[in-house]
Amino acid sequence: MSAVWQILQALLCVALAPLLTGIVRWVKARLVGRRGASPIQPYRDLIRLLRKELVLAQDASWLFRAAPYLVFSLTWLAAAMVPAFTTNLLLIPAADLITLVALLGAARFFLALAGLDVGTSFGGIGTSREMMIASLAEPAMLMIVFTLSLLAGTTAPARIVDHVLAGGIGLEVSMGMALIALILVAIAENGRIPIDNPATHLELTMVHEAMVLEYSGRHLALIEAASMVRLLLYVSLLACIFAPWGISQSGKGEIGILIGLASYGAKIALGAVALGVFETAIAKMRVFRYADFLGGALLLAVLATIVLYVSEAV
Amino acid sequence: MKTLAAQALIAIALLLVLCPLAILGHRLKAIHALVYGAATLISIHLAGLGVMGLLDGDAIGSAGVTLPIGLPWLRAHFRFDALSALFLVVVNLGTTAASLYGIGYGGHLAHPNRVTPIYPLFLAGLNLTLLADDAFVFLIGWEFMSVSSWLLVLADHEKPENREAATTYLVMAVLGSFCLLGAFGVLAMNGEDYSFAAMRGAVLDTVEVTLLVGLVLIGAGSKAGVVPLHAWLPLAHPAAPSHVSALMSGVMTKVALYGLVRILFDLNRQADWEWGALLMLLGAATAVLGILYALMQTDIKRILAYSTVENVGVVLLGLGLALAFRASNEPALAALALAAGFYHVLNHAAMKTLLFLGAGAVAATTAERNIERLGGLIRLMPVTAVTFLIGSAAISALPPLNGFVSEWLILQTLFKAPSLPMWTMKFGAPVAGALLALSAALAAACFVRAFGIVFLGRARSPATLDARDPDPWMRAALILTAGLCLLLGILPVTVTSMLSDVSQSLIGVDLSESIIQGWPWLAPVSAARGSYSGTVVVASGLLMILVTAIVIKGFGTRKIRRAPAWDCGHVEDNPATQYTASSLAQPLRRVFGTSLFAAREQVEMPMPDEIAPARLSVRVIDPVWQGLYAPAIRAVDWLANRINRLQSLTVRRHLLLMFLTLMVMLVLAAIRRMLT
Amino acid sequence: MNFHYSAAHLIGALVLLLGFQLLYQRRIAAVIRSFAVQAAALALAAAWQAYIQDSPHLYITAAIALVFKAMIVPFALNWLVVRLGIHKTVETALGIGPTMMIGVALVALSIVLVLPVTQNASALTRENLALAMSVVLLGLLMMITRRNAVSQVVGFMALENGLILAAVGVKGMPLVVEMSIAFSVLVAMILFGIFFYRIRERFDSLDLHYLESFRGER
Repeated sequence: MSAVWQILQALLCVALAPLLTGIVRWVKARLVGRRGASPIQPYRDLIRLLRKELVLAQDASWLFRAAPYLVFSLTWLAAAMVPAFTTNLLLIPAADLITLVALLGAARFFLALAGLDVGTSFGGIGTSREMMIASLAEPAMLMIVFTLSLLAGTTAPARIVDHVLAGGIGLEVSMGMALIALILVAIAENGRIPIDNPATHLELTMVHEAMVLEYSGRHLALIEAASMVRLLLYVSLLACIFAPWGISQSGKGEIGILIGLASYGAKIALGAVALGVFETAIAKMRVFRYADFLGGALLLAVLATIVLYVSEAV
Repeated sequence: MKTLAAQALIAIALLLVLCPLAILGHRLKAIHALVYGAATLISIHLAGLGVMGLLDGDAIGSAGVTLPIGLPWLRAHFRFDALSALFLVVVNLGTTAASLYGIGYGGHLAHPNRVTPIYPLFLAGLNLTLLADDAFVFLIGWEFMSVSSWLLVLADHEKPENREAATTYLVMAVLGSFCLLGAFGVLAMNGEDYSFAAMRGAVLDTVEVTLLVGLVLIGAGSKAGVVPLHAWLPLAHPAAPSHVSALMSGVMTKVALYGLVRILFDLNRQADWEWGALLMLLGAATAVLGILYALMQTDIKRILAYSTVENVGVVLLGLGLALAFRASNEPALAALALAAGFYHVLNHAAMKTLLFLGAGAVAATTAERNIERLGGLIRLMPVTAVTFLIGSAAISALPPLNGFVSEWLILQTLFKAPSLPMWTMKFGAPVAGALLALSAALAAACFVRAFGIVFLGRARSPATLDARDPDPWMRAALILTAGLCLLLGILPVTVTSMLSDVSQSLIGVDLSESIIQGWPWLAPVSAARGSYSGTVVVASGLLMILVTAIVIKGFGTRKIRRAPAWDCGHVEDNPATQYTASSLAQPLRRVFGTSLFAAREQVEMPMPDEIAPARLSVRVIDPVWQGLYAPAIRAVDWLANRINRLQSLTVRRHLLLMFLTLMVMLVLAAIRRMLT
Repeated sequence: MNFHYSAAHLIGALVLLLGFQLLYQRRIAAVIRSFAVQAAALALAAAWQAYIQDSPHLYITAAIALVFKAMIVPFALNWLVVRLGIHKTVETALGIGPTMMIGVALVALSIVLVLPVTQNASALTRENLALAMSVVLLGLLMMITRRNAVSQVVGFMALENGLILAAVGVKGMPLVVEMSIAFSVLVAMILFGIFFYRIRERFDSLDLHYLESFRGER
């Protein structure tokens, strides 16, 4: 059965991701008093991009053309491994949270190279900033995994879900700190405000948008889809680790899966609204404040492991 | 097993014979290809012997070979055990690729006759060290390795910076050998002689253990490039011809780590957990500092050399964990840590050899090592670009390549470290973990920069315009090592099962308790702790790429139009407007460099009416050089000046000095006799 | 009961996190705001302790913290900043990153110090003490690494917050002590207010650097 659920999960990631982005945009528009595009607008955008002619820069090499496929597939693979509605997935033993972080890192690696490929200055600026953000966000993420592995005794997300659902963690200070740190990392990794503005096209403030400036047509569609899937991935990750209620475990049957799907939908909607509200309430920060922000996330994650020793005899 | 040792010795002897042959035939054009070809075959043979040793479990504890050469009362002992077998594989995989590369490359150097005769000696030294079963042979092999590589660094001695690098290297090598000699002296203090068998039985007290570990750390650590003893490495490794650089970085540092493992895990097993904690933190600091240095460099070979420092730090972290676990009576975890460290040794040998050979191919065809003057090579050198990309992705610890597997294993081991009762480990492990993760992320940034500036974008100088892929031999070496990086990453379980004998001989348990090995799952300690499978990740990843491609091609249009780059409307044809390596590293330099390296940027802006370019200069200071080496050099200079006066003494006074020395020794001996 | 402990820990950790938030901020207004939130969290901690220990006098402590520290003091400080025209950015003697790193090290230090000493105490007290001590040390750190006198005052009061956090966690602490702590804050507040006026009158700046040069330290 796990193979069926795995395929369902993989399809669901791709199917839901644009909707999540659409809801966030819609919430943000409503909050600032605009009517806003319908939440399904991202689907239309993607389809439009797919049908458009591809304009390729003259200097672009094969890497530039291969990168969108690699970036999307790696992100998709990572997203398919997060237990969203059930822990009974085929790929669960193939990758733990460390692998998940590294898969996203690999996607970023190729995207950053693609930013340099055409040899324009905007591509370079995007790559340069993206790698700086990643070099602090990735360690922070790994330290969160460290904390979780100390608390739950495992780095596999499905086993963490089992542990939390069995009441093995409870209200733990470290868990709270890890939650905050993970939210900070998720903001940075998805290029959301205050780190990056997904809607900006103001040249000097772009990070992600600057890297993908030369992409068009189906390549751009893939890249956009990859960032939507990544946002969904982080929301699912937050949901499965810190609010795993409703996720079906092995042996729960089809009813469990239905409950899992329903609760997953509710969590995604909640996440979208929360993100929209947060982004509206806050202003983007200067590039050289990033280091403080992400360094703060890293230190918070380290603090989470340290504080653990007070309460529990680890 | 005796036969394996004997066969390996015969192979080493053949390597030694190649040296006079190369000298005799120096007029022949074909001699270079012949010598390197022979070296390739011998390397393959030695690697094969290593693999056989690893696969054949009965190897452990077998008798060695004793040759009637060397010191009369000692003779030369050789032995072939699981640890030597592993490192024989590591070393000879590297030398195979480098020699294969040399067939095409060796004849085209500026001074091939300075390199070809010495090269087999270097290989012989590397292998001899691994087979040694007494301190004397070990140090002979070690010195062979040091001196021959020093000569190879000097191959291009017309350049003053190479001479300087060679001198620094020689001084550090002498210091290292001296400390190792002292370490063996400590081990042999209570034993009968200098054979390893006698040393294994020696029991040391706390002071002696402290002395031993300290000396080994300086001796082997200076060779491996552990911070703060690393400063010679980025000078010396790039100065040698590229295939030798590959061996110095990819292989010789591993032999240094072999020395560390041999002494701390085999000859003497008394080092306590404090040393493990020290090694762990030292390794983590080395990793971060090494890769940060690499990010500040613009010489491609120097970037790679600094990245070696980083990877040595990662291995050291694993070894430190193994020491701490062993001292705390956790053999299964110690074996896991050791296996993780060894896996990284193997991986780094493969990927660093690959990267240096690739850098050599670039430097050979463009005559340029400064990455600021390269660019766009992906179109002109497709094979080099693809293999270098694989190496870059592997060393950045990206799945599914090999670098990720070993870093994953080390992280998993590190996550178990807080279960130890010591507070230092409890608090040290998160710190080390944060530093390790930081170094991995910075490595990705570093290699995005290295690959992106060299191979992507547009040509930054005319030097790159007629770059070509190297000849078939060199391409074969690149493809071989790149394939190795892929294989080691996709089949991790096969590799760890080969490491089992090594941990059995060093820790006393095999890996079956540490790594649950239901193929293809790699799971440390227990399956519930988290598992990884390179094979499944690759298979599912490929499937997803396939599905994506089919859907996109089937659903969207296939129209493509080539046009000038858009760049937000800033049409600019000059390649100088591209991002440079220095500007790419600028955000990271601001974040980390300002305090660590006292990095300062200075902008010279001409007045509005002046016709002069604006200039931005960056100054980066190596604190280790400023704080440790510069004072040491001054002190040595001062001392040398003092001692210089002895040179001008008369013969009678020289004799007086010798006489006094003799007297002091005799008196000391007499006092010792009286005391006992 | 377990939930009671966990919630107390969480609130204590919130106070600690806000201590870090104080170190993180670069603008005076944000520092003062963070301090107000920290004081509110402290009030919450005190109220929660009052509830689980069933000792009503802690509610008074909570009220004092809420009214004085979370409202009056921040208001007064803001007023001072506006009134005196103090520079709106925090002047750091050490960068934000290094300061926070030292902060984490201080937390580790206080955990190591507190744990062996209180081996026999209950888990609740232990964790509470370690958190409180960390808050105290962070306050001290803030006073050391920030040049501006306003941030030093905030650092001092964050230190006081730590002391109160320690006090409310221990069963049977008499009310008098808390009152005196609260008053000492007020006194310190007044003292610093006068202090500001004096410095400003004399040197036209609130940077303590000038005070040092006056004493001949530089």
